[in-house]
Amino acid sequence: MSAILSIRKLVVNFETPRGLLSAVRDVSLEIEQGSSVGIVGESGSGKTVMSRAAMGLLSGSTVRREGTVMFDDKELTAMRADEVRDQFGTGMAMIFQDPMTALNPVRRIGSQLSEGPRVRLGMDKKAARARSIELLSLVRIPDPEAMLNKFPFQLSGGMRQRVMIAIALACKPKLLFADEPTTALDVTVQAQILQLLSDLRREMNMSMVLVTHDLGVVANHTDFVAVMYAGEIVEQAPTTELFSNMKMPYTEALLKSIPKIDSASGARMAVIEGRLPDPTDRPSGCGFAARCSYVQDKCRTEHPPLVDAGNGHLYRCWYPLGHTIGRK
Amino acid sequence: MAGSGTAHMRNNDEVVLEVRDLVVEFKIGRGLVVNAVSKVSFDVCRGETLAIVGESGCGKTTLGKAVLQLPPPKSGDVVFEGTNLTKLPKEQLRSARTAMQMVFQDPISSLDPRMTVRALVEEPLWIWERGTEEERGAKVRELLNNVGLDPDLVLNRRSYEFSGGQCQRISIARSLALEPRMLICDEPVSALDVSIQAQILNLLQDMKDRYGLTMIFISHDLAVVKAVSNRIMVMYLGKVCEVGSPDAIYSKPAHHYTSALINSVPIPDPTRKRGAVPLQGEPPSPVAPPSGCRFRTRCPAATELCAAEEPQLREVNPGQYVACHHPRT
Repeated sequence: MSAILSIRKLVVNFETPRGLLSAVRDVSLEIEQGSSVGIVGESGSGKTVMSRAAMGLLSGSTVRREGTVMFDDKELTAMRADEVRDQFGTGMAMIFQDPMTALNPVRRIGSQLSEGPRVRLGMDKKAARARSIELLSLVRIPDPEAMLNKFPFQLSGGMRQRVMIAIALACKPKLLFADEPTTALDVTVQAQILQLLSDLRREMNMSMVLVTHDLGVVANHTDFVAVMYAGEIVEQAPTTELFSNMKMPYTEALLKSIPKIDSASGARMAVIEGRLPDPTDRPSGCGFAARCSYVQDKCRTEHPPLVDAGNGHLYRCWYPLGHTIGRK
Repeated sequence: MAGSGTAHMRNNDEVVLEVRDLVVEFKIGRGLVVNAVSKVSFDVCRGETLAIVGESGCGKTTLGKAVLQLPPPKSGDVVFEGTNLTKLPKEQLRSARTAMQMVFQDPISSLDPRMTVRALVEEPLWIWERGTEEERGAKVRELLNNVGLDPDLVLNRRSYEFSGGQCQRISIARSLALEPRMLICDEPVSALDVSIQAQILNLLQDMKDRYGLTMIFISHDLAVVKAVSNRIMVMYLGKVCEVGSPDAIYSKPAHHYTSALINSVPIPDPTRKRGAVPLQGEPPSPVAPPSGCRFRTRCPAATELCAAEEPQLREVNPGQYVACHHPRT
């Protein structure tokens, strides 16, 4: 297998009045052809900025980007903006978090859906319409023909998210970025949408990056997981390896804070106290030190490097879980 | 599913809030009516947390607001501490309502961005002319301390300077300012990250103990509800499906809808493979709900009886009530 997307030493900084804000720090990640990769972290961990930077969607005079991004053996970071744009649709596509605002409210579903096929695939109106109907049935929307004439406000959140997925899949992209695709949805609809994405990915042999804050979501729908914290990848491993052999205290804390259906009722929830460090003033040691329940003196002063634990499992911790030193 | 009935009502001295046959409808023009809440009855005992669970559009938020008469329901009774709120004149209702407060879903947009935190938390006290200026100031500091915010750091800042979790703490402080006896929390954590969710849930639990609150906790997530509630009521399309203790509901859900909700919760364990997605499609429109049991169009066990006759709530196990003709066993 070869990598469809390969991110090397990606750094993203924003210039702000308070100084340089470091959003993504030295992230390297390979996404294999046909695989599904989960990127997990809290709000502000840099997961969305990282995926947008990887797609070349960040622009503006305040953005400082370093590192290389290779997509499908082409160097995205060396391309002009219009060349990057040519990759969208047929090369990569994105599903955004909020289905309520990501669709154009004054255009009918049909016109939004056929735009990609007409512009990218050069289809005529009739062929694009047929393709739109095909796409809507692909995302399991009942009565797709009637849907073409509707406006987004006439649809529920789950239906809008299906339309978003249909738009993203319209030109058969090789890589799909899904940024919190189910966060705004009910649990029952979330289960449907995640299943749909997994099925479509297999049917179309597409690679997927699933960005989420919920480890429960990645557990069943990804092959590989990267956990981000304070702009860095702090742990990455194949999904089964990560859950069976967790190394990073942060990953463990994230997992523990998920409310579980089989927890005792009335029990107190495990929390991660405190907040992410200020991105304009990153601590010199481990970014998680101030919130970590296993913290040692070394963690506060020295920045931990990524350590290879074998099996493609990397982590960034001086005293990983399962280590005897410093355990309480 | 989805039935009426009052079998689950407890008529004892501990009941603080009793809601009977509550109906809320919204006219949407052309003679059409949204049946948001249809003949729902429930009660809440002192010190208890009742969770109301269901998908978007099931009427759980409308029900929570109707308890506060926002807007007044079309019919039915809401009896809080012996007073029927639906019958009260406006001024008396306003003052009765100070004992019941609400925490809203979106912590950032429910706070006025132009007001300082001090003003936000003090506003209820000021409106009701409670205490002198010094007393109010001390009260605000105490409330902020109790919700885990440092008054010296936050008093003069405005809500846009805070994260979602911090805004929810401010909202909670504000809702507690008048020392309510009942708190209605409408999806208080669904806009927050998992890690912050747990902090706010623990905080609500602490506040409940400290202020002796009775709580109604509205959520679409059964996993969140499990940790905080003493009793759970599952709703679908404006009707009650099932009522029971968390342990009963989770270990042996009697309603097919409850079971589907439980099976939709993602499990953070890749070795536990999921079966089929438990529920297909979306709820029907509340403008024209199905006849009989409202869940029958998506229910795996539906029969002709379900279309013909509406199931009533009945006891299947001690303390567990279900509105279904063919409950799971």
